[in-house]
Amino acid sequence: MEQFFKLQDLGAIAPEIYLLLFGMILLIFDLLVKDKRVLGLIALAGIGMSGAFLFNLHGVDVEAYGGLLKVDQFAWFFKLIFLIAAALSIAISMRYLDIEREHHGEYYALILLAAMGMMFMAGAADLVTLYIGLETMAIGTYVLVGFLRSNQRSNEAALKYFLLGAFSSAILLYGMSLLYGVAGSTRFADIADALSRRPVDDPISLTALITLSAGMFFKIAAVPFHQWTPDAYEGAPTSITAFMSVAVKAASFAMLVRVFMGAIYPLRPEWTAILAAVSVLTMTIGNIAAITQSNIKRLLAYSSISHAGYVLIGLIAGNDTGMIAIPMYLLIYTFTNLGAWAIVVALRKRDVIGEHIDEMNGLFFRHPVAAILMLIFLLSLAGIPPTAGFIAKYFLFAAAIETGHNVLAVIAVLNAAVSLYFYLRIVVAMFMRDATEKTGLVLSPGVVTAMAVAFIFTMWIGLYPDPFIAMARQAVIVAY
Amino acid sequence: MDFFRTHILTIVAFWPVAGMLVLLFMNKENKSLIRWWANLVVISGFLISLPLWFWFDFENSDQMQFVVKAPWIQSLGVEYHVGIDGISLLLLLLTTLMGPLAVLSSWEAIDTRVKEYYAFMLMLQTGMLGVFISLDFFMFYVFWEVMLVPMYFLIGVWGGPRKLYAAIKFFLYTLVGSVLLLLGILALYFTYPNIAAQNPAIAAQFGTEPTFNVLAFHAIAPFLTATFQWWVFLAFFVGFAIKVPMFPFHTWLPDAHVEAPTAGSVILAAVLLKMGTYGFLRFSLPILPEGSKAFVPMMITLSIIAIIYGALVAMMQPDMKKLVAYSSVSHMGFVMLGMFALNPNGLNGSIIQQINHGISTGALFLIVGIIYDRRHTREIAQLGGLSNRMPVYATVFLIMTMSSIGLPLLNGFIGEFTIMMGALQENLWWAIAGGSGIVLGAAYMLWLYQRTMFGKLDNPANQNLPDMNWRELATLIPLIAMAFWIGLYPAPFFRALDKPVIKLVEKVRPGYLQGPQLNATAPQGAPVEAAGAAPDGAGETR
Repeated sequence: MEQFFKLQDLGAIAPEIYLLLFGMILLIFDLLVKDKRVLGLIALAGIGMSGAFLFNLHGVDVEAYGGLLKVDQFAWFFKLIFLIAAALSIAISMRYLDIEREHHGEYYALILLAAMGMMFMAGAADLVTLYIGLETMAIGTYVLVGFLRSNQRSNEAALKYFLLGAFSSAILLYGMSLLYGVAGSTRFADIADALSRRPVDDPISLTALITLSAGMFFKIAAVPFHQWTPDAYEGAPTSITAFMSVAVKAASFAMLVRVFMGAIYPLRPEWTAILAAVSVLTMTIGNIAAITQSNIKRLLAYSSISHAGYVLIGLIAGNDTGMIAIPMYLLIYTFTNLGAWAIVVALRKRDVIGEHIDEMNGLFFRHPVAAILMLIFLLSLAGIPPTAGFIAKYFLFAAAIETGHNVLAVIAVLNAAVSLYFYLRIVVAMFMRDATEKTGLVLSPGVVTAMAVAFIFTMWIGLYPDPFIAMARQAVIVAY
Repeated sequence: MDFFRTHILTIVAFWPVAGMLVLLFMNKENKSLIRWWANLVVISGFLISLPLWFWFDFENSDQMQFVVKAPWIQSLGVEYHVGIDGISLLLLLLTTLMGPLAVLSSWEAIDTRVKEYYAFMLMLQTGMLGVFISLDFFMFYVFWEVMLVPMYFLIGVWGGPRKLYAAIKFFLYTLVGSVLLLLGILALYFTYPNIAAQNPAIAAQFGTEPTFNVLAFHAIAPFLTATFQWWVFLAFFVGFAIKVPMFPFHTWLPDAHVEAPTAGSVILAAVLLKMGTYGFLRFSLPILPEGSKAFVPMMITLSIIAIIYGALVAMMQPDMKKLVAYSSVSHMGFVMLGMFALNPNGLNGSIIQQINHGISTGALFLIVGIIYDRRHTREIAQLGGLSNRMPVYATVFLIMTMSSIGLPLLNGFIGEFTIMMGALQENLWWAIAGGSGIVLGAAYMLWLYQRTMFGKLDNPANQNLPDMNWRELATLIPLIAMAFWIGLYPAPFFRALDKPVIKLVEKVRPGYLQGPQLNATAPQGAPVEAAGAAPDGAGETR
C-alpha cells in the first residue's frame, strides 16, 4: 500500500488548514478584544487567506491522503461557493449581531469551522471523510442556529434542528454501514465496484440506497424530510439563516453528487426514480407552502426548499449539462439569495423585527435602491432574464430536455411560474403599498458591500455567464 | 452614417433604454423635465427608425436585412443576432410609432411617481423592439420575458381599483406560457446538431454545434419528425396563444386592459398582443410546418370561437374599456383565422390586420382614455350625447369606430377583406363564421357610439366637458392618417409582406403555389393586386 500521508498532502488542504487556523485565532482573540467587529474582520482575513490558497489550487486534480480526499475542480468550485457564502454571511452579521446584543467571537469561529467541514464534504472520496466533514459542519451550524441565547425562538429552532439533524445523521450512518458491509471498504470507488457486481434488485443495496438517500434528503431539506427547515430558518439569527440556506445547502448537494455519482452510481436506475419523485414533490410542496407565508424568513425558507427540488433535476439528468447545472445553480443561488437575505438583515433594528412582509411595505419610498436591488434578487430567484437566476434555471431545464425528461421539465417550469407569485408578493409590498414603517434601513458597510457584490454577480452572470460556465464545465465530475 | 446604417436595428432597439438610464439621474420632483425628456426619447426613437423604411430593400423583403451578428454566450451558442424581413419591418415601425403616442398620452393622466412611470415605459419599449428584431431564439426569449416586468409595474402601480389582481394575472399567465415556450426552444436546440450532422448543406451554413439561430431552425424544418413537431408546436402554442390571446387563454386580457392606465392599454393592445401572432409567424409556421398543419382544425376552431364569443361579450359590456378589450379578442381571432388559412391571402391579411388592430384599437383606447381623464368613469350609461359638447372628439371617435368595423376606405376593411378571401379559398364555413364576426363587430361598435355620442346630453356631469386639446389630438392624428393610408393605398405594405408570405406558404405547404387549384383563382402576387384593387372598387360603389 502506498504511503498514507505525504507532506504535499498538506498543501492540498491548505484552504481548510487556514480556515481552521483562523478559527482558533478567533477563539483566542475573543478573550482579548473588546470591539467584536475586529473579530469579523479577522474572520474575513482568514477567508481571504483560504481563498488565496484555493486559487493556487485551481486546475489541480489529485487524490490526497491515500485516496481519502479528492482535490479536484468539482471540490474547488464548491469550496469557492463556501468561501463566498461565508464571507458574505460574515459581512452581513457584524452590525446585526450588535443589534441582537449577541456579539461574540465564537460566532465567526464557528462559521469558519463549519465552512472547513463543508470543504471536506465537497472533497470526500471516502465515507469516513464525508461523515466527519458533515458532522463538523452540522455541529457548528446547530450552535449557530441557537446563537441568540435569550431568544426563545432561536433556542427552539436549534433544538429542533439538532434533534432532527442527529436523527438524520443516524439514518445516513445506517446506510453507510450497509455499504461498508457490501463492499468491505469505505472508499467510494470500492463501493461502486462492489455494487456493480451485485445482482439487480439486491435487497441490501436497495436498503442501503434508501437509508442513505433519506439521510441526505434531510440535509438538503427535500420533501418529505423538509419540516425542520422553516422552523430552523425562522428561529436562527437571520445572518445564519442566510448562511444555512446557501452554504449548508451547497455542501449537502456536493455530498449528494459525490455519493450518487460516485459510490452508488451503479444503482442509478433505482435512484433516478426516487430522485425524480422527490424532486417533483420538493418543488411543488415548497412552492405551494411558500404562497401562504406572511413571514419573510419562512417564505424564503420554503422557497429554498423548492430550489433544492430544482437542483435535483441536474442529478436526475446526470449528463454533462446536468453536472454543469448543479454547481452553476448553487453559485448563482448563493449570490442571489445572500443578496435577498442581506436586505432582510438590513430591516432588523433594535425595536423592529423586520420579518413580516408588511414591514417591507413601501420600502421603495423609504429606500429606493434597496427596493430595486431586492426586486432584482427576487426576479433572479424566480428565474426571469436577464438575471443570473435565468441562466441557472436554463441549465437545469436544458439538462432535463436533453435527457428526455420532458414531463419533469414541464413540472419544473410550471413550478417556476408558481414561485413568481409569492416573490411578487414581496414586490407588491415594496412598490405598491404605502409605507407603514417610516424609519430607514440599517445599512452597515458590511451589508452594503454584501448587497453590492450580490447585485454585481447576479447581473454579470445573467448578462455574460461565459466565464462562469467555463469554470463550472471544468468542475464536471466524471461519473464512476 | 455607415455605422448608423449597419447598426440601425441595435440603435433603434436600445435607444429608449439608453434614454431611461439618463432619466434615472433626473430629480424626481422635476416632473416636467422628465416628461419632456421621455417624450423626446421616444419621438426621436421613432424618427431614427424611419430610415428603415427607406433603406429596406423591398425587392428582397423575404431576406433578413440590416443583419448584425456577434457572439454573446459562446459556450451555449447564443449570439447577438438581429435582422428584419418585411413582416418584422412593419411590426417594428408600428412599435416605434405607438411608443411616442402612448408616452404622449400620459402627459396629464400620470401625475404620481412620474419618474418611475416613464422609466418603465422606456424599458418596455426596448423590450418590445428587441422581440421583433431578434433572430436568436435565446435573445428573443430574454426580450420576451424582460418586457413582462415593466408592464407588470405599469398595471400594478398606475392601474385601476383591481390593479394588483390584474397585474399578477397578466404576469403569471404570460410566464406560464413563456416557460413552456422555453422548453420547446430547448427541444429544437438539442435536435439541431443531430440534423446538422446528417445534412452537410445545413452544417456548412450554420455549423454543427447546438445553436439558437432562428434561420438555422428554419433550415432544419423539413427534417423534423411529425411527432416532434407536434409536441414543440404545442409548447409554442401555449406560449404564443396566451399572448395573442386566443380563446380560452384570453381571460387575463380584459382584466389587464381595464385596470391598466391608458398608455398601458394602448401598448398592450397595439404591440404586446402582436408579439404572440409574430411568434406564430416567425417560429411556429416556418419551423414546424407539419405541426402547424396538424393543428389547423384546432387553431381555426379557437379563432372562430374567439371572433364570435369576443364580439358577443363585447356587446354586453357596460364599461367602454372592457368593450374595446373584448373587441380585441374578437379581432385577434380574425388575425389567427387568416394566419391559419395558410394561404397567401390569409397570411397577408393577417399581418395587415395586425397593423390595423394596433392602429384602431390603440386609438380606441386613447379615445376611451380621453373621456376617462375628464369624467373618471368609463361606464357607458354615464355618458351620452357627447357629440354636442365635443364635436372633434366625436369625429375622431367615429373615424376609429369605422376603422374598427371595417368600413371601406379605412384600414380595417383591407385586412378583413383579405382575410376573408384567404378563408374563403380554404373553406366556405370559415368565411361565413368570420363574416358573422364582422356583422357583430359593427353592431357593438355602432351601438357603443350611439349610446355615448348621440342622444340627449342629459347627465349634468357631462355638461361642461372640454373638447380634445392639441396634445390629445396629436396622439390621434398619426393614427387617423395611418388608417386612411392603409385604407386608400395599402400597396406599400403589401409590397413588404408579399415575398415573406410567399416564402412562408412555400415552407408550410410545399407545392401549394404551383398547385392547379390555385392557378385558377389567384396566381402568385395576386394578394397585392387583389387587395390594392379592393378599396378602389369599394370607393366606386360608394
